[in-house]
Amino acid sequence: MTGGTAAIFRRELAGYFATPVAFVFIIIFLLLNGIFTFYVGGFFERGQADLRPFFMFHPWLYLLLMPAIAMRLWAEERRSGSIELLLTLPVHLYEVVLGKFLAAWCFTAIALALTFPIWLTVSFLGHPDQGVILAGYLGSLLMAGGYLAICACLSATTRNQVIAFVVGVIVCLLFTVSGTPIVLDLVSAWAPHTLVDTIASFSFLARFDSIVEGVIDVRDLIYFASLIAFWLFANAVVVELRKAG
Amino acid sequence: MAMIEIERLVKRFGVFTAVDGVGFTVDRGTVLGFLGPNGAGKSTTMKMITGFLPPTSGRIVVSGFDLAERPLAAKRRIGYLPEGAPAYADMTPRAFLEFVADVRGLIGADRRRKLDEAIARIDLEPVLEQPIDTLSKGFKRRVGLAQAILHDPEVLILDEPTDGLDPNQKHAVRILIKAMAATKAIIISTHILEEVEAVCTRSLIIAHGKVLAEGEPLSDSRGWRFGTLEAAPGRLDAVFRRITTGQVTELAA
Repeated sequence: MTGGTAAIFRRELAGYFATPVAFVFIIIFLLLNGIFTFYVGGFFERGQADLRPFFMFHPWLYLLLMPAIAMRLWAEERRSGSIELLLTLPVHLYEVVLGKFLAAWCFTAIALALTFPIWLTVSFLGHPDQGVILAGYLGSLLMAGGYLAICACLSATTRNQVIAFVVGVIVCLLFTVSGTPIVLDLVSAWAPHTLVDTIASFSFLARFDSIVEGVIDVRDLIYFASLIAFWLFANAVVVELRKAG
Repeated sequence: MAMIEIERLVKRFGVFTAVDGVGFTVDRGTVLGFLGPNGAGKSTTMKMITGFLPPTSGRIVVSGFDLAERPLAAKRRIGYLPEGAPAYADMTPRAFLEFVADVRGLIGADRRRKLDEAIARIDLEPVLEQPIDTLSKGFKRRVGLAQAILHDPEVLILDEPTDGLDPNQKHAVRILIKAMAATKAIIISTHILEEVEAVCTRSLIIAHGKVLAEGEPLSDSRGWRFGTLEAAPGRLDAVFRRITTGQVTELAA
């Protein structure tokens, strides 16, 4: 991390905790995780010592929560005019984009790490495969990074955080369900097979599911890494093009 | 020597030309005032000099560094107060200034000394630990000024530095600008004519994106001269109106 990226990272991360929003967010995240895991996912009823019911709802949780974390990143800079200050400081644009993204990602990692009691619970009750659990956490964090990169870019297109949030949810939804019949049925009627396969391959769900099963496929890692890289690049382009707006 | 060199600067937004062939140089020791009606292109010109907006065409050289080729080297030598003095509302002035110091790469004793100096010069001590969004308009402006002078830059670009300040604060800022003038090249924009007389050593009247006139003070405080027009002390407004609207009103006596 360069000095500029580090300074921006620290400021953004501290920014989350400067207001009660961070704590409200973390509490909601933990609460929803608990509800989904124990009630909807049937953690106890399944009688299995693993965290599948915990992880399987993460894509849907992130769908709403990641846009909420990232909506502020650029929209607020635009609204307050501080973007002008930030981009006339002697740093490269990519350093700023990276610093902001990493701060949002780190905040998510903190929230995710605070779910450790569920791991303690399952470890106490049985003998889960710790490797699979670790893979689940890794996959969850990677997927969160994907959602955040998308939403950070969309945040740069507007000065209105609400718009950034709503558009973020919609685009994240498309990426989440692109491998399911919701999207594929729409497309498969008229599109060639290769296009259908391409769209299906964008799906977060399929890739995340296999990681949670403990199958870490290098292609899935590359998918999430390149998705993040692509959206961060798009983020920089959007900021560059829309400075005056 | 020329610290800022601007050649044939043009900025178009779609079909609208905001800045239309502006060119000038600013030497060390000069306080150049941008005078002009709202929407004249003053702020847009400043945004280009500071590297925020890329020019449509033209050339900007700051401290010998071409902004298009060495943007970071140029930006390191510029202190900039954007219009409206934006800052991060949820931070305290201290945290905000420390953030700017970090991004600017100041470290160790040098960082501490420069922070202390800027805080002392702008007299920010009383509000250092209050969130910026709870500060008065005057203090917000001063936080922006402190940020601009923090790294002791050779070039200062101040967009309406005294806007929203009370008379005492205005006076303090003008004294500050004058005190820094000897070692720096400073550009300020304003639509307050008395400010030009109070702090500037040169002035450009800008309207419709063009430089309409260049002015200098006459010797012995006898007022200002813009080309063939002369204005007595305190009577700059008549000359300004004549140049920007083309109307002949009561001229300087």
